[in-house]
Formats: sequence, C-alpha cells, structure tokens
Amino acid sequence: MNPQLSQDGRLRHLLTLDGLPRAIITQILDTAESFMDVGEREVKKVPLLRGKSIFNLFFEPSTRTRTTFEIAAKRLSADVVNLNIATSSQTKGEAILDTVDNLSAMHADMFVVRHAQSGAAHFIAQHVAPHISVVNAGDGRHAHPTQGLLDMFTIRRFKGEFHNLTVAIVGDVLHSRVARSQIHALVPEVRVIGPKTLLPTGVEQMGVRVFHDMEAGLAGCDVVIMLRLQNERMKGARLPSSQEYFKFFGLTPEKLALARPDAIVMHPGPMNRGVEIASEVADGPQSVILPQVTYGIAVRMAVMAMLAGTGNA
Amino acid sequence: MNIHIRNGRVIDPMNERDEMTDVFVTAGRIAAIGQMPAGFQASHTIDATGLVVCPGLVDLSVRLREPGFEYRATLESEMLAAAAGGVTSLACPPDTDPPLDEPGLVEMLKFRARNLPGPRVYPIGAMTQKLEGQMLTEMAELTEAGCRAFTQADAPMTDTLVLLRAMEYAATFGFSLWLRPQDATLARGGVAHDGAVATRLGLQGIPALAETVALATILQLARETGARIHLARLSTREGIAMVRAAKAQGLAVTCDVACAHVHLSENDLIGFDSHLHLVPPLRSLRDRDAIREALRDGSIDALCSDHTPVDEDVKLVPFGESTPGASGVELLLPLTLKWARDMGVPLLRAIDLISWKPAQILGIPGGNLSIGSAADLCIFDESAEWIVTPKILSSQGDNTPFLDHPMQGRVRYTVIDGHIDFESPG
Repeated sequence: MNPQLSQDGRLRHLLTLDGLPRAIITQILDTAESFMDVGEREVKKVPLLRGKSIFNLFFEPSTRTRTTFEIAAKRLSADVVNLNIATSSQTKGEAILDTVDNLSAMHADMFVVRHAQSGAAHFIAQHVAPHISVVNAGDGRHAHPTQGLLDMFTIRRFKGEFHNLTVAIVGDVLHSRVARSQIHALVPEVRVIGPKTLLPTGVEQMGVRVFHDMEAGLAGCDVVIMLRLQNERMKGARLPSSQEYFKFFGLTPEKLALARPDAIVMHPGPMNRGVEIASEVADGPQSVILPQVTYGIAVRMAVMAMLAGTGNA
Repeated sequence: MNIHIRNGRVIDPMNERDEMTDVFVTAGRIAAIGQMPAGFQASHTIDATGLVVCPGLVDLSVRLREPGFEYRATLESEMLAAAAGGVTSLACPPDTDPPLDEPGLVEMLKFRARNLPGPRVYPIGAMTQKLEGQMLTEMAELTEAGCRAFTQADAPMTDTLVLLRAMEYAATFGFSLWLRPQDATLARGGVAHDGAVATRLGLQGIPALAETVALATILQLARETGARIHLARLSTREGIAMVRAAKAQGLAVTCDVACAHVHLSENDLIGFDSHLHLVPPLRSLRDRDAIREALRDGSIDALCSDHTPVDEDVKLVPFGESTPGASGVELLLPLTLKWARDMGVPLLRAIDLISWKPAQILGIPGGNLSIGSAADLCIFDESAEWIVTPKILSSQGDNTPFLDHPMQGRVRYTVIDGHIDFESPG
C-alpha cells in the first residue's frame, strides 16, 4: 500500500520519490513541461486551481522553497496562505495535529509542509481528511521530493533522456533530504561522493556507488550535483574546517574538468561559495543552477495540479 | 481457599515437568501435584482441560508509572494488566518521578502495591541519585527497603569511574546491578538503528557500536570487580556474541531481551509509525535472528516485556519526537509462544524464559511449581487466537507496535498467592 497513491493509482499525496511509480514521475515531468510557458506570458496565470485553498505550513524556516511553492500556487490561480510556525518545545507534536485540524476546518484543499522531523509529512498525511492532499516540502533528513523532481526535470531538459547518464552527488549526504530524493532519480548510475563522516550508514543499499575520492568519483560524470554544507558540521566533529573541506570536496574548475566535457553542474541552493563550490564553477558555462530555480516553479505547479486532479486538463 | 486445578497440561521448567495432571492449592501454597492430598476439600475447581498450567510469569521490566507518571498509567491499571498477562511477579525499574533512589519511596511503592490485587512487585533501585550517574544511592538501605537490584534503567551512564565505583560498592554487599549497555555519546540524538533503513528514512541512527562499546566496558569492569551483573535489553548480534563469549570464559553474567525485539526489526519502521520507536532501537533482521537463536541456545537467559505505557499524545507526533517505549506486559506470553512455534522450541523451554529463569535473575522464590512453594500460577489456552486492540488490553497504555496483530495464546486464570486474581471468560 503506497500512502501516496489513491486506490485507482493516482497521485494522492507527494511525500517521497522512494517507491513512487516511474510512470507518475514521468507524468509530473511532462505536465511541468506544459507549464513552462506560463511564466513567460504577459498574464502569468492559468485557472486550474481557481477556488482552491493551499496552505504553506512551514514548521521550519525557509524563504526560497516557500516562495516557489507560493508562486506556483498563484500561477495556478489558487488562494495561498503562508504559515510560518516556529517550534521549539517538546509539545510541538500536539500543535501539529491541532494546526492541521484547525486549517482543515477552514476548508483547506492542500497542505505544503516543511518540518524538521523526518516523517512529519507522512504523519500529517495520515491524519488529514480524505479530500486534503499533502505535499512534502522537506521533512528532516528524509525527503524533498519536489526538489528531486526539479533536478530530474533539469537533467531531462539539458540531457534529453535519462538512460546512460551518470550523476554524482557531492557532499553532506548524511544530513541531506535533497540527496535522499535525488538518489531516486531515474538515471542508471548515481554516485555519492564525500568524507565518511558525511555519508550515512548503508547508503550503498540505496543503489548508489560510494566514493571518498572526489576526483575518482567525478570521472566520466554527466551531471554533478553539489550539496550545501552547513556550518554546524564543524561543531559536530564531522569536519575540521571549511577550508580543508573545500580543498578535498569543493568543486573547482580543475575537478570539474574530470567529468565529461558537457557535464552540467547543479546545486539546490543556497550556495556557500568557496565552501562546496567555487564561484568560477557556480557562474560558469556548465552551471544550470539558475534554470533549476525557474524549473522548480513549473514542477511544483505540475505536482499541485495533479494532486488537485486537474493535471491533464 | 483450596483450589483444585483439574486435568491441565502442567509445565514446570524447574522440575522438568510436562504432563497432564491435577494441581492442588491450599493456603496459598502448592499442596500437591497429581494425587489429591488426604482430606483436601476443594472450595474452587478450575477445569483446565485443554489448558496449560505453568508457574506464574516473572517479568523483569514492567513500568508501573508510580510515582510521578499517573497520567500515563496507574499502579491499579498496570497491575491489572500484568495479572491479565499471567504475570505474578514483576520487577519495576526506578525511572519514576522522583526516581526510586531512597528507601521511603520504595517502601511507599511496596505498601501501595501490597494493598492492591495483582502480582508481587519487586522494585529495582536507582544505582545513582536521581539517576544522574554521579552519586551512588544508599544501596544497602534500599535493599532493606525491598530493592532486588540496582540500575540506571535507560538513563545515560557517561562516567565510567562512577560505574566502576558502583560495581565495587555493589560487590561489597553482593548486590546485583542491572545495566542496559548503551554508550551515551555514541547513541546521542539517535532514534533508530543506524543502518540502511534509518538512512533511507532520514532518521538519526544509534549504531550497534553503542551497545558493544558499552558492553566491553561493563564486562571488563565486572571481571575486575566481581560485581554481579545482569545485562538488560540486548539488541545486537555482536553484543550477544560478546556476552556468550564472556559466559564461556566463566564470567557470571546474565542477560535478557525485550519480547518486541524477538519479532520486529528496523524494516518495520518504513511508514514512520511512532509505536515502533523503542529503546533500544529495533535493529536489523540479522540482529533479530541472532536474538531468536540465542534464546534457543540459552545465551540469553530471559525474555521480558519492557512494559512502557505512555499516553497517546506523546506518540501522536512525528517519529523522532515521539516518546519511545511500548506497552507489552499482556503480550509477553503470546509473543514468547509465537517465538517458540516459529523456532520449534518445546513449550517447557519457552516458559522457562519467562518464569524460572527470570525468577533466578531476580533472586526470588517464584517461577516454579515445587510442592510447598507459593501458589503463583498462570493457566492459559495455548491455541486461543485473538487480535490486539486497545479495548482488549487492560493497560492504560495502548502504545503497542502489535496493534491489530493476531496473537495465539491467551491467559485464562492468574493465581497469585492462592487467589484467583484474574479470570477471563475465554
């Protein structure tokens, strides 16, 4: 039983890409493609979700992701309410369900949820009324499925199809929900590259190849995805310094030269220039970091439209 | 009251008895097995045809939640739950609020328990004051007040020197220390077994190393001090191997596991059900299978419920924020029986793990049906099938990972001190 699908196999919630049928992923990407021109129109709106109420429930601060969800919803003509719920106490769990119940009583149609705990979106999806859909906008270290989808969309846009591609994900995979979602991308070979302190136990059982030597890991790659390195990692004794990290795991033009000449460079943002990525690369010809942001809106529109049952309208 | 228990399958592991026969109870004692004693007049007859009659179960870890956590469960509710589970003696850990770290608290608990129907309650005292891991408790005074052993329960023990002193002090008097091996720093922040499933779900892991590193320390200190050590709630294959090796070298240690860990693994966490948030964490299938095998070969001495009732609110949150623990005293018997069926282990050996063996670890006279011993009995229907629901459980804690699971084996009567304290309509 996939909690993300309705009984007739349609998308009911988007919680994770783990176990999401390939056909649905392809459908989301195709739908996103059809929304690509909306942003370029004079009137950047389609009426697909007119009259629908979408609540952005952010239990963890975020500007970027929340904004793109908001724009996506507005371009679909939905009514959007943003709730930033800062939580720190142990009683916040109770507050989650109370919040969800309250908003449900206001006839919400969709919740876009970000929460610091892995599994929070699953938890909310289990407790909402049957007509409400939940979109996971990032739960702890677990998943960030729309980011994974927009990365796939970006890859498809620049590389055509997915077969024969090799993707390298570099950096703090351990703490990254983005990496966990990217690992489920539809490419034949995913590599993860990083020091042992930043790679989770048994990650190879997710079907990836593990490299600790960045130069070996980048060789022959079509796509290089850099992950953000949080400053806290130094305090947790996972790394000695950001300088040493950059030296061994930062993406420089020299290291990028080891990948295929037509390799693209991606980053989920926000970037730490000089920590995981050199500015020459971030702003260089192989970087598709800004297109990723643009595509993110189309992909989120596609997800919301499909959840509302109007994706093929 | 004179009770005549007719025609049951009487299983008594200590006396290696497994036969169809009658049991006669007089004045709270087992008066006879087989032949009715001269002049016996039954005031109550139990027809045990088709039922198993065995020693009342001895559970090494049942949280009664008093004092301090009465909103989660009360002494009344949990003693009733234990009786419904066929348990006639239980050890309760000191992680109450305040912790059982001074004699007055222990006496109060014993007094409260004595005045309620239900099993015999054996408090385990706090090893350190407030369970803070810094200053020793008055272990001798606490023993006089009724403590059977001392433990940190699940409270972290970060200071190895304090652990050494606790062992030396306990060894002075011959007291037993019950320790759950977990290195506090290696386990810090973790909520699930550090393995492929936690990685996939993005849950912070507790590595198997947290158990083995702590075990290495405990075993080495035990060798040095001669302290009597019982290792509580083992969870890893490597940990079990270490204890097996230590026993083979002649170290007098015992150990137990919780019954949930005999059946569940990290794989059950997919879906983030907070009822599977347990301490220690559910580990890999490899570990679970090692536990199942070690119970068979005797490397693990006892099975317990590690009964931890909590209110539903603290489980109705995302996995990592939920309070760990499972209610389980009413599932100890059926989960033990299930293991025995799965593994092809004779009933006598299975019951041994939840009666005679834990009674020895606890150092109490129960857990057997010797003539003249206290009439603590569990009479159960080995084949009765039932489904775990909140309604069917007597415990105030409905927090079990086995909700909606089918069980086989149901307690029909629990006799404590010659009184029928629990009777199920069947």
